[in-house]
This record gives sequence, structure tokens and C-alpha cells, in this order.
Amino acid sequence: MTWDVALILGIDGLANGAVYLLAGLGLVLIFSVTRVVFVPFGDVAAFAALSLAAFETGRTPATIGMVLTLALLATLTEVGSLVRRGEAARIPKAIALWGLLPAVPCALAWATAQFAAPQAVQIAASVLLVVPIAPLLARVVFQPIADASVLVLLIVSLALHFLLSGLGLLFFGPEGSRTSALAGGSLQLGDAFSVSGQVVLMVASAIVLSALFFLVFERTVAGKALRATAVNRVGARLVGIRPARTAMLAYGCASLLAGLIGVLIAPVTTMYYDSGFIIGLKAFVAAIIGGLVSYPLTAVGAIAVGVVESFASFWSGAMKDAIVFSLLIPVLLLRSYMTTHADEDEEELDQ
Amino acid sequence: MSHVLRFRLVVALLVAAIALAPLVLGNFAVSLMNDIGIGALVALGLVLLTGVGGATSFGQAAFVGIAAYASAWLTTAQGLSPWLGLPFALLLTGVSALAIGMLTLRLGGHFLPLSTIAWGLSIAMLFGNMDALGRHTGLSNIPPIRLGPWSLVDAQAIYYLIWLIVGLAFLFSYNLLASRPGRAIRGLRGGAVLLASVGADAYRVRLSLFVLAALFAGLAGWLYAHTNRFVSPAPFDLRASIEYLLMAVAGGLGNLAGALVGAALVLLMKNGLQDVLPLITERAGQLEAIAFAALFIALLHFARGGLMGFVRKLTRGRFKAPQSDERLRGEVAPLAHRELPARGTPILAVEGAVKRFGGLVAVNEVSFGVNAGEIIGLIGPNGAGKSTMFNLLTCTLPMTSGKVTFLGRDITRMSQRDVARLGLARTFQHVKLRPHMSLLDNVALGAHARTRAGVLRAGLRLDREEEQQILQEARRQLDRIGLGERAHELAGSLPLGTQRILEIARALAADPVLLVLDEPAAGLRRKEKEALGDLLRKLRGEGVTILIVEHDMDFVMKLVDRLVVMNFGSKLVEGVPAAVRADERVQAAYLGSVA
Repeated sequence: MTWDVALILGIDGLANGAVYLLAGLGLVLIFSVTRVVFVPFGDVAAFAALSLAAFETGRTPATIGMVLTLALLATLTEVGSLVRRGEAARIPKAIALWGLLPAVPCALAWATAQFAAPQAVQIAASVLLVVPIAPLLARVVFQPIADASVLVLLIVSLALHFLLSGLGLLFFGPEGSRTSALAGGSLQLGDAFSVSGQVVLMVASAIVLSALFFLVFERTVAGKALRATAVNRVGARLVGIRPARTAMLAYGCASLLAGLIGVLIAPVTTMYYDSGFIIGLKAFVAAIIGGLVSYPLTAVGAIAVGVVESFASFWSGAMKDAIVFSLLIPVLLLRSYMTTHADEDEEELDQ
Repeated sequence: MSHVLRFRLVVALLVAAIALAPLVLGNFAVSLMNDIGIGALVALGLVLLTGVGGATSFGQAAFVGIAAYASAWLTTAQGLSPWLGLPFALLLTGVSALAIGMLTLRLGGHFLPLSTIAWGLSIAMLFGNMDALGRHTGLSNIPPIRLGPWSLVDAQAIYYLIWLIVGLAFLFSYNLLASRPGRAIRGLRGGAVLLASVGADAYRVRLSLFVLAALFAGLAGWLYAHTNRFVSPAPFDLRASIEYLLMAVAGGLGNLAGALVGAALVLLMKNGLQDVLPLITERAGQLEAIAFAALFIALLHFARGGLMGFVRKLTRGRFKAPQSDERLRGEVAPLAHRELPARGTPILAVEGAVKRFGGLVAVNEVSFGVNAGEIIGLIGPNGAGKSTMFNLLTCTLPMTSGKVTFLGRDITRMSQRDVARLGLARTFQHVKLRPHMSLLDNVALGAHARTRAGVLRAGLRLDREEEQQILQEARRQLDRIGLGERAHELAGSLPLGTQRILEIARALAADPVLLVLDEPAAGLRRKEKEALGDLLRKLRGEGVTILIVEHDMDFVMKLVDRLVVMNFGSKLVEGVPAAVRADERVQAAYLGSVA
């Protein structure tokens, strides 16, 4: 391997790392607020990419049907729980919030497809279209068992991924698609080396979004509420923060991140209905490097995963994923060694 | 008819039904039964590992795959007999499980299940990328198993082999759970400290359980390879692992039978969906996956106990398997006793013990000794450092500096488990009992270090004499604390005060030289306290030495021979109760000084 190759692989790794960074932030955000390891994160990203591909080929994205189905389920769940609690008066508001609000981006997406809008509008519509997915899923699947153990939530989350990838196949079919580049041109570095505009865009987006993330967390009340819930759920509740509401905020933010990831990688990778899983899992390795709680360590982990992946693919393209996932075991060992456990009873699955 | 008789009848009926099934079922149904048997083997491993041992695995299908590919490769590429493939497959699965387990089983909390996703994925990817294993096309033309002149090539023929293995695996697991290693496995969820306190190593118990579950998966893999006679990576990936977990959860993780019921439920339903869905839609294959995932989620929402959970509620114990107290038969030779040191000889010496937590000095230069045959009390106001001292001398926490000698041996750097094995038994301030185990089983766990039977001996029922000795000893200790009549009740049903007494019985079952009690009288009523005092005096009379950490002054003053008083991490006074009571410094510490 020459230095040139190493440099190319390094840049490539950085671009991958940027994607894993954004996904990792989303995973950590959801886990720290709700204790859910949100495995379907990558699926949401894939849906955004496939929606954009549909717009580009002049079709109406199937995501609309999926979002509306989920909205219907979430509305039914919410109305059901309101009726059980005897709060029927709040049903109209619940229908507006869970049924009509998610329909807004759907209408927008429909209009975009009908009137052949410019690329920027298509991108915005694709991202907005997937934003309701995670909150709606959370309302149906996770909110009713919010107090279950991390383990139960993890199993549910894995099952949910398989459900979503099944839905993905049903709605989008098995064909892969790739969208046109978002940024043309390239950046010349030195004499014989250039970086494509797409890579620059990916890295820049990751930096800007992480900075934005940091500002929201440090400077806004909503961000502080999220942090408070992450630190101590009961304590947050005592000072008037509603865990269910902060959880929805976290899912919404994460869904937005997933949407952005989807449109960022769609031009460089051929996306299939189930491509998101592997992206999510790698981001997940990064998030575990941060112990599922630390944002800065997740960033470091994301870049490490990206670089390891790009070098691994140089040595063995077929085995790169196996290498990246095997990386998880030493990382877990290190994490487990670093955190001292209180001697708590093991979690019981069947009670 | 007793519940044991009814239980045996149900088992006998089930065995008869399975034995006769091929006579009435068609070829297709027999194939389905074969799949159920293979699935039940994997699910059985998961019920043991996840349901009983509390360690969730998302990678069980990878072990099925290792065994299936191992035997497939040996019989196709090397042309050897499937009967040589079996030991090869089990060896490879066992060694892989041992290596993976040694790496990951020390992980705490949710890190362990997460790591199983990592290796579960990686191993499945390995199958699809190795030339010797046919990459994504897999290996075909695997020879069927031959039994003498018969070739077990069709479903009817291999049926009996599969179900014989399933039956033996269930019998092995059933025997295992009702044994010394089985009790340790059932104690795993109580935490590593609980097991260490009875002289067991949680990591090794979990490791042996993990390997056992993998070997069950390996058996299933071997059967799978030679039943289907074709292997490819897809049936061994993460999705398949989740499906096995679904079987275990659907059947009920709390019950061995859950594995069989769950495998039958999942595979029958899958089969049913495959029949029904094409009638409704053209995209049946996709809907099937969706229906399954949705079902799994619904199950975890509404019925985490699985089908057997419902059955257990409905039958209310009318079909319960024999419990430990019902297995107790006449007299056997008692377990060997430890020689207790002569009264008055020093057995425990703490010298200059220091424990710092960051900048806080919780225990500062504390020294005291305990002599054989006495009851010594360790008291002090809240925050005096009693509990930390307790953890230091039982080696639950490492000491910053200082030295502890027990029976002439320096135990300062020893593990809690080794100290327990030397004859230092303890109880816990926050009671650590297994609520779903009977009183007798909880106490029998205490005798762990005095006995030897391992997983293999227990599973093959070669441990029955020792098991009788353990149960008899546990029963004797229960009688000693006055709970002998309630041996069959579940520990979780006792009030807190009685649970504390039960912990003493468990500690006594270890045949200790020194009994260290952490606030045993907390939560007891006056009568119960008196009974506890009498019990402790009686134990002293029998030569047991007792160190007691306690809040209740009245209780301690009447009981102990000597007191050590701590305040702000340091030793304040040491002496007989009357002298301590009269000491001004002690009065100041408890009541505030007069000035």
C-alpha cells in the first residue's frame, strides 16, 4: 500500500465516518432519553433515500402510504389509551396530532411528485417525509412498554427492524436505486489529489449538524429537557418534564437525522429496501464506543469505524462488514472494563 | 391423584403421541415435526441460557450453522460418515462457544446481548464468504445418516432419531436444573456477589451454560444438515437467531416445556401463514416476515410469559413436576463437616484496614480480632463505615491498605469466592434470595462449595446420592431456623424478616467457621428477634463464631460477648457490652456530646 492509496482510503473512511457520526448521534440521543437501542434507525434512512430516488424518476414515493399507515395505527393506539383512561374529550386533539400532522409532509411529498419540483424541493420533501416515521413507530411500539427492561426494548427493537424491512420490501420492491449527485465538481488538494464534492458535502454536513446538535443541547430549554431526562427520568418528571414528550422529541430529531443521512448517501451507494440495517449497525458500533451515552466519544468512534471499514474493504471487500462487527467485541470488552457495575440483579425477561 | 402423578401422565402421553405420530401423519406433516424437533433443541438451549440463566443470545443460529457446515464439509469434501461428522460438529461448536464465551461473558448489563449480535452477524457472514463452504451457494449433496443397513433418507426414517435426541436433551436439562450446578444456574440472575458468597463462580457457571446451549444448537445443526442434505448461509443469520428467540419467548422462557411448545407454535403458524397468505395476496413471502415481526412485538407487549405462562396460570400447579422437597428420600450419610477451631483461638484478624473512595476515607486504620466461639458485634451510627468494613473483611471490596487474616491465612487479596470456600459465610443487608426458588432450594444453594457434582454428572443423574445429601442438609438447616414445614414454599412469598432468617440458613448450609451477618434483625418483630437471638446463642454453643453488624442496640447488647464501635470510619472503642455502654465517647457518638 502506498501513501496515495492510504490517503484515498483515509478520505473515503472520513466520508463513511461522517455518515456513521450522524447516525450515531441519533442512536445515542434515543438511547439516552428512552433506553431503546433503536435498531430500525438505518431503515428510516433507507426510506428517505428510496423516496428521493422515486421523486427523481417521477414516481410518487411509496413512503407516503407507509407513513399514513403508521399514522393510522398511532392514532388508534392513542385513542385507545385515551378511552381506557376515560379522557375521551382529548380524542380530537389526539387525532389532529397523530393522524393529521404526519399527513402534512405526505401531502407535501405528493405535491412534489405531481408538479415535478426542482431537486432541492425533492430533497426537502424526502427528508420531511420520513421525519414522522420514528415518532409514530415509538408511539405504537415503545411507549406502551416504556418501563420495560433495556433487554426487552432491545428485542422489540430488533423485531421492529425486521418488520420495517418487510414493509420496505412490500412498498419499494427489491430493486436498488441510486440518485444523482447533490454536489458536482471536486476539491483539488495538492498536485495529484482531489476530493469529490459529494465527500466534501458529507463531511461538511456532519460537522455543521453536530455543531447544531451541540448548540441545541447546550442552549435551548428543549435540549436541556432531553439531557435531564437522559440523566434521570424520575428526577426530570419531578421537575415537570414529561418523559413521553421528550421521547417523541428525541425520536423526531433522530428521524430527521436519518432522513438527512438517507439523502446524503443515496448518490454514492445503491440503496435497497434493507440497506439501512448495515449502516445502522455500524453507527451502532460507533455509539457503543461512546457507551451509548457520550456524544464526543461517539464522534471519535464513528470516524474510527469509517476508517477501519475503508481499509478493511481494501484488503478484503467481502469481509469488511465482518471485520467491522468483530471490532465490536474488543470495544465492548473495553467499555465493560471501564464502567464499574453496581451489583444489580440481572434483568428478567419473562416478568 | 397428586400433581407429580399427573405430571408424569402428561409426559407419558406426550411421549406416546410423538412416538405414534408418524403412523397417522402424512409425509409433509412428519417433515414439519422434524423441523419442530430441531427448532425445539435450539430453543431449549435458549430457555436455559436466557430464561433460566438470564443471558440473552441473538446469535444462537450461528452455532447451528457452525455444526451444520462442519458436518456438511466433513461428509462432502472429505467423504466421511455423518457419525464422524457429529463429534466433529460438536467439537467445533463447543470450542467456538468456549472461545466466544470466554471473551464476552464477563460483559455486564445490556453489553452482553449486544455482543451476541456482533458475533452472530460475523459468523453468518463468514459462511457466505468462504470458498471451502461454497460461499453463498452453500454445500449440497450431503449424505444422509446411516444406521446399520438403514439409510435415514426420508422424513419418516430420521423422525425417530431427531425426537430421541430431543427427548434426551430435555431429560438432561430437567435433571440438570434439579441439581447442584442447576441451582447455581438458577442463582445467576441473583448476581455475581450472591454466587460468590456460596463459593460459586458466576462467570464459570455462565460459561458452562453458554457452551451447553451452544452444544444443543450444535446437535440441531448436525440434524439439520443431514435431514435437509443442503446447507446455505441464510438459515443461520441474525434473522434465524431472532426466530429461535421468538420460539423460546412464545413458548415461555420460564419453563423447559416452553421450548417445545414455542417451536411447535412458531413453525405451525409459519406453515399456516404460508398456506393462507397466498390466497389473500401475491406478496405472501413479504407479508409473512411482517406478520412474524408484528406477532413477536405483540407477544412482548402482552404476554412475556409465553404460552406456558398461560398454561401455568390455568392449571395452578396441578401438573407440577416433583419439587426438591418431594425428591427428598430417607436418611443418607450427612455431608462431611469442617473441623471447627478450638474455642478462644484467634480466627480473624483485621490490621490497619483502610478503604478510600476517591477522596473519602470510608474506613480508616481499623484493627480488631475475632476469636473462635464468640459473638462479636460491629456497631456505630449511620455512615460510620460498618458496611464498608463488612465488605472489606468478606473480600467483596478490595482494600486500599491493611491486612485481613482468616484461619492463619492472609485473605487480603483473595476473591470473595475463595474466602467463602475457606469457611466464611455471610448474609446480605439487602436480602439476596431467589424469589422463584423454594426455601429448600435456596438453602441448598448454600452447600455449593461443600459438594462437587458438575453439569455432566448432574445431567446424567450420576449425582443422586450427593444430591440427597445436599437436600437433607438443607432440610436440617431449615428445621434449625424453624422453617422446616415450609420447605416447599417460594422464597419470594416470605415476609422480609423471615427472608433474613432464611439467608442465615443458607449461610449455615455452607458449614461455616465464621458467620458474618449484616443487620439480621432489621425488619423483625420482637418475638422474631428473640427467636433469632436464641438461634445465634445456640449456634455459638455449637462452636460457630459469629460477627454481627447491627443497628438494634438492645438486640446486640443482650447477645454479644464483645463489641467494636466505629465512628467516622475509625474504631472508637472495643470491649464488653457493659463497658461500651458506659463509655462517654460512645454516648457522644450516638447522642451528641453533653458540651
